Amino acid sequence: MTSQNDVMINGTKTELAVNIGGIQMKNPVTTASGTFGFGPEYAPYIDLSLLGALVVKGITLQPRMGNPTPRLVETTAGILNSIGLQNPGVEGFIENLLPGLAGYDLPVIVNIAGDTVQDYGKLAARLDRVNGVAGLEVNISCPNVKKGGMQFGSDPAMAADVTLAVKSCTDKPVIVKLSPNVTSIVAVAEKVAQAGADALSMINTLLGMAIDVRSRRPVLGNVMGGLSGPAVKPVAVRAVWQVYREVKLPIIGMGGIITAQDAIEFILAGAAAVAIGTANFVNPRATMDVLEGIKRYMIENGVQNINELVGAAHR
Amino acid sequence: MLITEAEIIKQKEILPGFHRLTLSAGEIAKCARPGQFLHVRCEDTLDPLLRRPVSIHAVDREKGEISLFYRTVGRGTALLAEQEKGDKLNLLGPLGSGFTIPESGRVSVVAGGIGIAPLYFFLQELSGLKIYADVFLGASTKKQLFFTGEVKALGHIVFPATDDGTTGYHGTVVDLFEQNLTDRVYGCGPAGMLKRLCRIIKNHKIFGEVSLEERMGCGVGACLSCACKTVSGGDNYRYRRVCVDGPVFPAGEVVWE
Repeated sequence: MTSQNDVMINGTKTELAVNIGGIQMKNPVTTASGTFGFGPEYAPYIDLSLLGALVVKGITLQPRMGNPTPRLVETTAGILNSIGLQNPGVEGFIENLLPGLAGYDLPVIVNIAGDTVQDYGKLAARLDRVNGVAGLEVNISCPNVKKGGMQFGSDPAMAADVTLAVKSCTDKPVIVKLSPNVTSIVAVAEKVAQAGADALSMINTLLGMAIDVRSRRPVLGNVMGGLSGPAVKPVAVRAVWQVYREVKLPIIGMGGIITAQDAIEFILAGAAAVAIGTANFVNPRATMDVLEGIKRYMIENGVQNINELVGAAHR
Repeated sequence: MLITEAEIIKQKEILPGFHRLTLSAGEIAKCARPGQFLHVRCEDTLDPLLRRPVSIHAVDREKGEISLFYRTVGRGTALLAEQEKGDKLNLLGPLGSGFTIPESGRVSVVAGGIGIAPLYFFLQELSGLKIYADVFLGASTKKQLFFTGEVKALGHIVFPATDDGTTGYHGTVVDLFEQNLTDRVYGCGPAGMLKRLCRIIKNHKIFGEVSLEERMGCGVGACLSCACKTVSGGDNYRYRRVCVDGPVFPAGEVVWE
């Protein structure tokens, strides 16, 4: 298949399309959940239809108010956040936010989070019937909520239970988002794959904290938060590398991608697609700049199909 | 308009740590409204990483110039202070809501310290509409009382207040305002000051708007970092976004801890 994102080199086409567990993306660039709102926030800055896919902010069964402030603190080459899954709930999302995305030509992936295994099943069942949802990203790795969240992602058996619950309630592609806050990310990935996940995304934020030396108190209202940005990139590239070797599922790689070079590192480590997160805050056009840079890299290096690059560092 | 590379025309440290920066940015000057801010990339670094929200301090539409007035508080603003004439700054904006411009009547402005930053632009706008305000300027000491002359030159009346009594009223700017109430008031300053101002606005049932500050991520309403606790019917509250729902909020909406 071809797309408007194909570029010509010496008369041959360069193919950017990738398939993530059944979700056809016209290029490998998507957004990291929580950093891109529900999409329209960035519409003044980029044409959303040019994204490979859009991953929206995490959705729960009921609306959530989120954590107390401060919710954000800048650390060395990164940020800590503790938003706490503030969202309008799945019904609010379907009613008020999803229709706004109907006009864009791109797959919409909904990130879901629950307190219990049953919550994940209910969310999957509810969204299974909804047009305009291309797939689900299962958030078993949020460090900022009291119940559920990262607990599910740090225990391989629980991660598998959540995956099974979601898979049994939907026919849509299921991407499981893995936490780096584990002893072995490979062990979690293997269990999740056995439970039927169609794809993996990694990494979620690293659990961290910062203390104000003047007040002698934690900076974040919720004490701990999730670290993202360039500071975490080597950890994320390592996680993608390890999982790619052992698990045969497509990977959406993320964690501190600022430039196309960063993105290509993830692709070479084994990611079939990449998600831009914190970089959106610095540069609202970061997704487009990364996409252009990937195209340029392919042209300069005579790469005809992006899939040739996936995992190339292993070969 | 939304992402601009603007050239610095002038940068001046008015007092140690307090800087006034003037930029050539015709499009922003044309469309900016008082109370809005710019999300400024202080330097092209990965550390510090984030932009810094800085309110628009003054606008010269004829010259196509805008000014920022800021205090160096951390690494980002320190880098901003190092920028010189001729350097370019990457700006996102103008962003956020503005102050509600009154049509007529008596208006007060209450500014604490650096809080004059967005209110000066508002006073420029009022002056253009031939509305002259009572301006309550507060500071810890006389030399930190900024732009007294400029505000007077716009035709407004200045009521100074200092914590140490070196000039004007010896006490807080909020107390001084309470002794000289008007039907409408606009405030910006430290959280403690705004909290007291909001209480006075509520007690006297007058119209009031306040401009808030919060740690900010994206600036476009996506990340939900810059949350502000607001009332939402009865005893309920909800978090709203300072970047797009604010930074200017009706005084009665803000829930103070």
